[in-house]
Amino acid sequence: MRLNGAQMVCESLVREGTDIMFGLPGGAILPLYQTLPEYPQLRHILVRHEQNAGHAADGYARASGKVGVAVATSGPGATNLVTPLATAMMDSVPMVAITGQVPRAAIGRDAFQETDTTGITLPITKHNYLVMDTADIPRIMSEAFHIARTGRPGPVLIDLPRDVLTESADFDYPDHVDLPSYKPTMEGHGQMIKRAAQLIAESQRPLLMVGHGAIISGAFAEVREMAEKAQIPVITTLLGIGSFSGEHILSMGMPGMHGQAYNNWAIDRADLIIGVGMRFDDRVTGRLSAFAPQAKVIHIDIDPAEVGKNVRVTVPIVGDAKRVLHALAKQVEQVSRPEWIAELDALRAEHPLSSGQGNGLRPQHVVRELSSVTDGRAIVVTGVGQHQMWAAQHYVFKEPGSWITSGGLGTMGFEVPAAMGAAFAQPNRQVWSIAGDGGFQMTMSELATIVEHNVPVKFAILNNNNLGLVRQLQDLFYGGSRVASGYTGNPDFVKIAEAYGIWATHVTDEPQVRAAIEEAAAVDGPAIIDFHVEPEENVYPHVPAGESVFEMIESPAGREALSWLT
Amino acid sequence: MADVSLNGRVHTITALVHDRPGVLARVAGLFSRRGFNISSLAVGHSETAGLSRMTFVVEGGDWVVEQVTKQLYKLIDVVRVTNISSESSVVREMALLKVKSNKDNRAEIMQIVDIFRAGIVDVGKDTVIVEVTGDEGKIDALIKLLQPFGVRETMRTGRIAMTRGGVATGTKQAAAAAAQSAPDTEVVP
Ligand SMILES: Cc1ncc(C[n+]2csc(CCOP(=O)(O)OP(=O)(O)O)c2C)c(N)n1
Ligand SMILES: [Mg+2]
Repeated sequence: MRLNGAQMVCESLVREGTDIMFGLPGGAILPLYQTLPEYPQLRHILVRHEQNAGHAADGYARASGKVGVAVATSGPGATNLVTPLATAMMDSVPMVAITGQVPRAAIGRDAFQETDTTGITLPITKHNYLVMDTADIPRIMSEAFHIARTGRPGPVLIDLPRDVLTESADFDYPDHVDLPSYKPTMEGHGQMIKRAAQLIAESQRPLLMVGHGAIISGAFAEVREMAEKAQIPVITTLLGIGSFSGEHILSMGMPGMHGQAYNNWAIDRADLIIGVGMRFDDRVTGRLSAFAPQAKVIHIDIDPAEVGKNVRVTVPIVGDAKRVLHALAKQVEQVSRPEWIAELDALRAEHPLSSGQGNGLRPQHVVRELSSVTDGRAIVVTGVGQHQMWAAQHYVFKEPGSWITSGGLGTMGFEVPAAMGAAFAQPNRQVWSIAGDGGFQMTMSELATIVEHNVPVKFAILNNNNLGLVRQLQDLFYGGSRVASGYTGNPDFVKIAEAYGIWATHVTDEPQVRAAIEEAAAVDGPAIIDFHVEPEENVYPHVPAGESVFEMIESPAGREALSWLT
Repeated sequence: MADVSLNGRVHTITALVHDRPGVLARVAGLFSRRGFNISSLAVGHSETAGLSRMTFVVEGGDWVVEQVTKQLYKLIDVVRVTNISSESSVVREMALLKVKSNKDNRAEIMQIVDIFRAGIVDVGKDTVIVEVTGDEGKIDALIKLLQPFGVRETMRTGRIAMTRGGVATGTKQAAAAAAQSAPDTEVVP
């Protein structure tokens, strides 16, 4: 079949199962856009900013498990994709970004809207391509999707010069991808799995630490089986939330900087840590030399480079979390651990999660009410900051893979476009964006897109008129010197909503919270609740960056004890 | 042969890579982004069409070598990575040295060059170009001896290395075969 480059791209997208893409056109990519009417099965969502196209594709991918697709033109269009690509790279999200490029003959001549897109995105993509021959498009498209979705997933960018899109060549789509230099290891090593089972049998105080990899591989049943059979309490990392039901008796919550304090004490006591699809990030471990001093470590991850990168590993197992856990669970023995469970219960009682100081509207209360009204079954998307941590701490997730947040890169503004993308992926589920007033204002231009498609995203803005987490850092570690963290000119978000024709309301007092959430949930379409939360509220606990659990601040009183740190 | 890699500070790593545009940028970018120190890098075609071989000299402990290897493997264009320092191998570098010379001292320079089994490949009015092959130590030693004459220009290729014995670099058999093969007989002054 003879096709031009633009048709080839569309044809390839159809074959890869793409049904939706997010983008914004420009000269270099226009041949692709002008071809879209020939492919009605490819739905294109026109966004207001390419950054949001990228985050929407990301949210779509995380909510569907499919590859998200974003499209942008050359130059500024492509550079606007940098933040979402880096976000997806850090959080292992399968994405394909398609960018236009100046015609081949103009490359390297600083042509209008030329930028070295593959050069710029080299360290923030799993792989990228500059296509210099139209005939290569089918191979490159199939490789890109394969690379994006297999192994440790990640974003792949394809840069297409305009004349590569207009030239014609024979289209012959490969039925399988053969990349001799790319063969992810799926099955864990039998000997290692055996040794891991032994360690588990010998352990008195084991903990499972489950991350995003478990969700990506769909290891929900396997995590549960493992936990229940060997009676191992489950800690979920920020991105691992939802890999294990928050209601389960063995569910512990989150570790690390803003995790439940008792988890950090539990890790300090553990004699075995089984890391599953997680990477012992510094927000999890704090100071490495003081992390889990008594524990041996079994580390299961599909990316060999993660194993042994941050912590010393006793038993490394490279493989897919689902398959490895399945094999491992078969070999572990059914045991009970009443003493360990009792010790953890005591830690929980001693170090309860703070539910706020009670001055004004507590953001923690808002999240708890949201969790209750939605029965823990909504898809929750957040920005980055205090609201994100409160959402992680207080929303009780009952459904697997329902938590979408920018973990590794910590990208403010993620909350609006990623929630929109998630809602496109899961039209039958409720999608709540728990937003910061700072992050919301970074990307709220997408409200227009949300209105255009009547996307039923509900926004709960935890509005503290502050870059709250920055203000908290300043208060705790910079003697309260609040430089450039307060907003005095925030708009009235309800009026903003009105301008877009979106249902909205203000909430100032705790008794109004529940009714407002119920009302917003009942709206047929998007809704915004502007929660005027107490601006002085802090996230606890707070392990200072690079410190150990012993420096953990668990409550406002703990601040005084830490004055030496500033 | 004296190889500092034996003490675990300097390692020779080779990578077989697809000969595609940007592959050098990917590899170089990886090293700089992850804070790895490469003291030399040599690239050339391999025995297979479409594949190139890169040789890096990397400074650091075991952790660095392990991470370099694993991170290189994550690049889609990288086919195989081998830590040559852990296997018995032949290590070479080539250098061209432009040395100030006149007819009075030319014989003296030639004598030194001879001892190093190096050669003079160009003779100008007041310079000669010396070509030398060996490991870095040998080349450093030659440069040091030629310095009093005046070394005007130095051009070095960076280290290349190959496992001894009949099997290809980086295979399991390589280490075993290397153990049986004769040691390098070259004498380094
Ligand atoms: C794009 C970006 N810029 C800056 C930061 C640094 N940062 C982390 S949290 C935060 C404050 C976020 O404010 P807001 O969205 O209102 O959330 P809050 O902490 O108040 O809940 C900032 C500025 C970031 N994470 N992302
Ligand atoms: Mg705020």
